[in-house]
Amino acid sequence: MAGIGGADTTQKKVGWGLLNAVVVAYALFPVLWILSLSLKSSKTLADGNLIPREISFENYSNIFATTEFIRALANSIGIAIIATVVAVVFGTMAAYAIARLDFPGKNLLVGVSLLIAMFPQVSLVSPLFEIERGLGIFDTWPGLILPYITFALPLAIYTLSAFFREIPWELEKAAKMDGATPGQAFRRVIAPLAAPGVFTTAILVFIFCWNDFLFAISLTSTEQSRTVPAALSFFTGSSQFEDPAGSISAAAVVITIPIILFVLFFQRRIVAGLTSGAVKG
Amino acid sequence: MAEIVLDKVTKRYPDGALAVQEVNLEIADGEFVILVGPSGCGKSTTLNMIAGLEDITEGELRIGGQRVNEKAPKDRDIAMVFQSYALYPHMTVKENMAFPLRLAKVDNATVEKKVADAAEILDLAQHLDRKPANLSGGQRQRVAMGRAIVRNPKAFLMDEPLSNLDAKLRVQMRTSVSRIQKQLGTTTVYVTHDQTEAMTLGDRVVVMRGGIVQQMGAPQFLYEHPANLFVAGFIGSPSMNFVPASLADNKLQSVLGEVTLTDRIRRLLEGADAPREVIVGIRPEHFEDASLVDATAKTDGGVFTSQVEVLESMGSDKFAHFLLSGEQATSADLADLAKDTGDDTSVGGISLVTRLSASSGAKEGEPSEIWFDADKVQLFDPSTGKNLTYTER
Amino acid sequence: MSQSTTEKPEVATEPVAAKKKVVLSEGKRAERKLGWWLCAPAAITMVAVTGWPIIYSIWLSLQRYDLKFPDRTEFIGFDNYVTVLASPYWWNAVWVTAVLTVISVAIELVLGMGLALIMHRALVGRGLVRTTSLIPYGIVTIVAGFSWRFAWTPGTGYLAELAGGEPVLTEKLPALMVVILAEVWKTTPFMALLLMAGLALVPDDLLKAAAMDGAGPWQRFVKVTLPIMKPAILVALLFRTLDAFRIFDNLFVLTAGSQGTSSVSMLTYNNLIKGLNLGIGSTMSVLIFLMVAAIAFIFIKLFGTAAPGSDDGGKR
Repeated sequence: MAGIGGADTTQKKVGWGLLNAVVVAYALFPVLWILSLSLKSSKTLADGNLIPREISFENYSNIFATTEFIRALANSIGIAIIATVVAVVFGTMAAYAIARLDFPGKNLLVGVSLLIAMFPQVSLVSPLFEIERGLGIFDTWPGLILPYITFALPLAIYTLSAFFREIPWELEKAAKMDGATPGQAFRRVIAPLAAPGVFTTAILVFIFCWNDFLFAISLTSTEQSRTVPAALSFFTGSSQFEDPAGSISAAAVVITIPIILFVLFFQRRIVAGLTSGAVKG
Repeated sequence: MAEIVLDKVTKRYPDGALAVQEVNLEIADGEFVILVGPSGCGKSTTLNMIAGLEDITEGELRIGGQRVNEKAPKDRDIAMVFQSYALYPHMTVKENMAFPLRLAKVDNATVEKKVADAAEILDLAQHLDRKPANLSGGQRQRVAMGRAIVRNPKAFLMDEPLSNLDAKLRVQMRTSVSRIQKQLGTTTVYVTHDQTEAMTLGDRVVVMRGGIVQQMGAPQFLYEHPANLFVAGFIGSPSMNFVPASLADNKLQSVLGEVTLTDRIRRLLEGADAPREVIVGIRPEHFEDASLVDATAKTDGGVFTSQVEVLESMGSDKFAHFLLSGEQATSADLADLAKDTGDDTSVGGISLVTRLSASSGAKEGEPSEIWFDADKVQLFDPSTGKNLTYTER
Repeated sequence: MSQSTTEKPEVATEPVAAKKKVVLSEGKRAERKLGWWLCAPAAITMVAVTGWPIIYSIWLSLQRYDLKFPDRTEFIGFDNYVTVLASPYWWNAVWVTAVLTVISVAIELVLGMGLALIMHRALVGRGLVRTTSLIPYGIVTIVAGFSWRFAWTPGTGYLAELAGGEPVLTEKLPALMVVILAEVWKTTPFMALLLMAGLALVPDDLLKAAAMDGAGPWQRFVKVTLPIMKPAILVALLFRTLDAFRIFDNLFVLTAGSQGTSSVSMLTYNNLIKGLNLGIGSTMSVLIFLMVAAIAFIFIKLFGTAAPGSDDGGKR
């Protein structure tokens, strides 16, 4: 509750600086630690040192030498992208309807998606396990993409309908008065305004799909469709007797890179998306 | 350029609510018409129907002699300025103003020229490359005007275009809106809830209430000859004073004392079938400090004495406020007006605003003798709100 | 529209009104249709992937169905429920889950509020704080889990040294504390973001007015900020409580549910995927679903009308 009255003295600034440093250290420590582990060679891996004595890329070359990791990475990327695209397209359509149109069943849809957002995913694992085996999509991409879309949809609908409500729809009228057809009004005025919201939602949905572990480990059984988080828990290291910590760390760092990039470049958008969807939804 | 004709135009919503009822209005080519009234009176709905943003339920709308009920807004060739300005946030000022021309596939050179011309008129030349977010309220308003004028439409529609500006800028922009309209000579329909804007801007004012046109005419005419209590109370600031009175033997009895009706008023009342109990309306400027009125005039008018509650000196004249004991005038019209201003305070008496000469010696907290001009009073029927002394001249 | 009774317009004669109504509802009907069409893909997907399986899992929970002995599958009514509810493992898992949820959400609320205030008020480096605190939110839970596991593993990790070389993750209580630490680290930023959105709803002028009225910083926080933020706090608590209740990823990596550290999700997973007992697994699924529904119900009762989604056009 600082900031009311009082000048922004140097002392205050130093105080804030220290506080910030604590936050940054708190947030980054586990990440830096696993980065440090991944850069240790197999000899120094178990030395318990915080900072590696020497930098080695041994772990990285090891994991990229196995099809196990490359296959998992391809699965992760493919599955997350497909699920994101579908969820955002469906979500955009539904959110537009919720924000702009009046129709019976609207509140039901909002309610159902809220329910799904709170749903214990593990409750779905048993039936989906059985159903997917029956349909022959167990341990395939669609077998993961379907539940991902389902659980990403509430997130997408909430975030997008919050964004859509913020769009000054009077502009649509203005465009019509300026001589635009409904199509032109959408393409030249509404779409450019909606794009940032859709983009933000896509990032959030991608992070969600990229992160999932429960479905990934329950609904797959082979390398064929196992994503990186699931594959990590099966890592054994290059030989039977070797500690897999190095490989796991290296793989963990690799799948953390896209997250770091998103956060660095789209911090503002992610914050806006998370807060608007959750609080105003 | 074109005239706009509304022929018994009605808007009924699907739930049965009647927003606008049988509005007849002929707007001449180049005329500046103001639609005014409290919120929810149907003025914006009427404007949106002219624009084509809302469907007309019944009646006909003609622009330039042609029925346009079924035409999309883009085919009506009219421009609109919105209250929120509705500037496209992702486009620069220039792109905003050029947007209608681009949609009409006007060639580049013409677009450049027209935008430059409009920017010149509106003093926006140095802001053309900025985005709306970086403009002040007044500048945004001018961009919205610019977007309307670039394509030289048949008519301008303006939906409370000045109400988001602060008071001083509003006065300034009012003058420039008026100037630009005169300069371009384009038919304009302007919606506002501000009676000052209505009085100062329009060639003709249309007062609406509950979806029904109450009266239309030149601003000065409406001021002097309101058709009913609602118009009388709505037009003019400070507004007209209303006092309950009874009428007997050509005499008017009220808390302001007894006055004999003048010949003019008596003649007007003859055909009006006036009830015994009426509401008398007197504009603030028709009062005067009794000590400043000569003796003959004094006997012709009414005189009352009361304590000055508040005295506001404007320099050029003084506003003296009184609170007289008695029941306030009541009627449906006055209740509507009070609702609009949000004035739900009960003052416990009849409050009166009078405009006195600057030389008046009235003092706050002291009794003062006040005269009013008996020939300038207007009498209203409390049950219908009708002006019993209404005349075309 | 019309405010006076005398002005109230008579509705036109019946046939005309009826005819108009049909014409007008044409547009209305088109809007409904469009609304349904636009929502259909999302609605169908959500219902197909959740509704049907839920019903199916209720059906499965009423059967003896073990994939190791598929021949012995039969309908047994509520026997599975009796088995599960009589099992000490199940009740231990319920307790572990409840304790993990309550403690981690409580810590997150306090830390998250602090972080939210920092993000909201920081004089310097606001962007930096926001960016870095998003990293725990965005990072793959499994990755963070491994980071903590290696840190606490004797020999490999630096934190294990601090603990005196004791193997923390193989004892029940210390292991649960590490799990809470990992959960708190991962989800505090999300909590903070939700709370920050609530803080943004507190008008600055109100705090200034309270300061003028003689309220100190703490009083301003407790008497002005918190009450206004209440809906945001409840939303954040609801989201986080339900999320914490499904805790799985961190436990899987850190303890794999050994030494009685299983959560309900972990136990269900072990019965289902490791034990291949679909009947028991489904029974647990249904029970978890019921518990989550109960928690959500209690929260929604607390919310009243402030529940998300119930305020179409509330504060815009």
